[in-house]
Amino acid sequence: MSESESLASIQPPENPGRRRLLAWTTGVVGAVGVGAAVWPFVSSLQPSARARIVGAPVEVYIGNLEPGQLVRVQWRGATIGVMRRTQRMLDDLENLADQLRDPDSSSDQQPEYVRNFHRSIRPEILVANIHCTHLGCIPQVLPEVGAQPFDENWRGGFFCPCHRSTFDLAGRVYRGVPAVLNLLVPPYRFIDDDHVLIGEDPTEGAV
Amino acid sequence: MAKPASSINKNIHAVGQWIDERSNISEFWKKHLSEYYAPKNFNLWYFFGSLSLLVLVNQLVTGIFLTMHYKPDAELAFASVEYIMRDVEWGWLIRYMHSTGASLFFVVVYLHMFRALMYGSYAKPRELVWILGVTIYLVLMAESFMGYVLPWGQMSYWGAQVIISLFGAVPWIGDGLVEWIRGDYMIADATLNRFFALHVVALPLVLLLLVVLHLAALHEVGSNNPQGIDIKAKKDAQGRPLDGIPFHPYYTVKDIFGAGFFLIIAAFIIFFLPEFGGYFLKADNFIEADPLVTPDHIPPVWYFTPFYAILQAVPDKLMGVILMGAAVMILYLVPWLDRSPVRSLRYRSWMSKLALAIFAISFIRLGMLGLSQDSSTFELRLWTFLYFAFFILMPLWTSFERTQPVPERVTK
Repeated sequence: MSESESLASIQPPENPGRRRLLAWTTGVVGAVGVGAAVWPFVSSLQPSARARIVGAPVEVYIGNLEPGQLVRVQWRGATIGVMRRTQRMLDDLENLADQLRDPDSSSDQQPEYVRNFHRSIRPEILVANIHCTHLGCIPQVLPEVGAQPFDENWRGGFFCPCHRSTFDLAGRVYRGVPAVLNLLVPPYRFIDDDHVLIGEDPTEGAV
Repeated sequence: MAKPASSINKNIHAVGQWIDERSNISEFWKKHLSEYYAPKNFNLWYFFGSLSLLVLVNQLVTGIFLTMHYKPDAELAFASVEYIMRDVEWGWLIRYMHSTGASLFFVVVYLHMFRALMYGSYAKPRELVWILGVTIYLVLMAESFMGYVLPWGQMSYWGAQVIISLFGAVPWIGDGLVEWIRGDYMIADATLNRFFALHVVALPLVLLLLVVLHLAALHEVGSNNPQGIDIKAKKDAQGRPLDGIPFHPYYTVKDIFGAGFFLIIAAFIIFFLPEFGGYFLKADNFIEADPLVTPDHIPPVWYFTPFYAILQAVPDKLMGVILMGAAVMILYLVPWLDRSPVRSLRYRSWMSKLALAIFAISFIRLGMLGLSQDSSTFELRLWTFLYFAFFILMPLWTSFERTQPVPERVTK
């Protein structure tokens, strides 16, 4: 049979409604099947069970943390800084508002329970993910007051060497730098006076 | 050696005949080589298409040999690359051919693209050739980025950190998307492993398919030329373009000469300047990846720096990412932004020439600014503005400028 004959032999369906129903049913069931087949592949790219276990909460001892000292711990591959701030530092935090982009922590960069000017549960203890919110580099910690090449009136804070973003000692971002968000504060709670558990809210349990 | 030579030839001929009766291989040869009529006035700029193919083959072959020794494992990757460099016989050569080849790939591709912009090779009827070409460029960027992560040095790690975090700028799903791309809460073994799979299997397949389509689309409409003349308009009695010459042997021989010249330069770089003063391979990438220590400065490899500069010119992350993406994507629109009745710059006014010159300078200048970490914001914005102005204003000057008549036949 030649091509033209075979084309001519195609007749319109006797029952177009039934044809349409069958075509749509086939299409929808087929799409669901494709979706179900794609799902495992897309899902396999998520963090594995092992990665999730490695990402469990981390306990930090802060009993020996000196005033002005910052310790770094790893939680979920991010560097978390835990710092004991001095009274001078806390006093400064209240006077910097006009130089900061988001002094009141209005953007969603911290749990509700640290939405205050010092961005922490206890005023003196700062717990923050110290990766720069611009592109994820780790800023230098420059806690002392004094002129810096990037700021003559430096009141102490974090300076990112990658693209010169600056943050105060509550992790709040300054105006006019590439980063626009404050440093991320992870969920954390105090187990007792000397121990912080990073990765768990005070009330709700592990994230 | 019992049989005389003529008999052997006869046998070879018979085998050829046998295959040809069962395939269209000789048709294919004719269509794409011996009877593919290319304009006779190709100049130096027309070397870069075939050179891209040559570099692609180099990347495939050296890449295959590198995978025979490389370990895609965060614990082993860095050491396995150093093992290739020091202990594998000729491993240093294969590795440097691959890493230098990546940079040379972008050199020839950028020159190839500039040629298309100069001579209007994207203009009707070659829009599809251009679209496929821009897509190849996109895939090539993804391919080279993932390849750069594999040695698992400091620049691999922190470069990946920076680039992947760009996806975090996507509203709503940004954080989940970043986690899904990395496969962990950080750049980790999972990330390295999947980048390896994409770099050595998935993207090369896509790249090869796109290259085949790019050439098929080109051979359907025929090659452009420095004068932008449609050579198919004037044909001889046999239907062959009067200004066309068969690709084989004329341009195969010419391209082999070009390849020889290119390989001399490539060999010099591979042997004497494989890191090219830090532009092809950064010193920091010879230090193993360390998630706790961020290098002081994380510039991308030179071929990404223009786009990186555009990212830096914007003080907002999402807008910066959008603008950076737009800088690449806008290339797709060029065939429709150009309203000129002529293709080649040769028959256009000073306006087109000036615009292309400013565009080329802004691209190079952005590339230089993107390498440095304290570029002036003013300069970043100025050149970013000029980069985009080239595309956005293209419909204006190409409509208003006075063009010269294009000759009917190719001239010297």
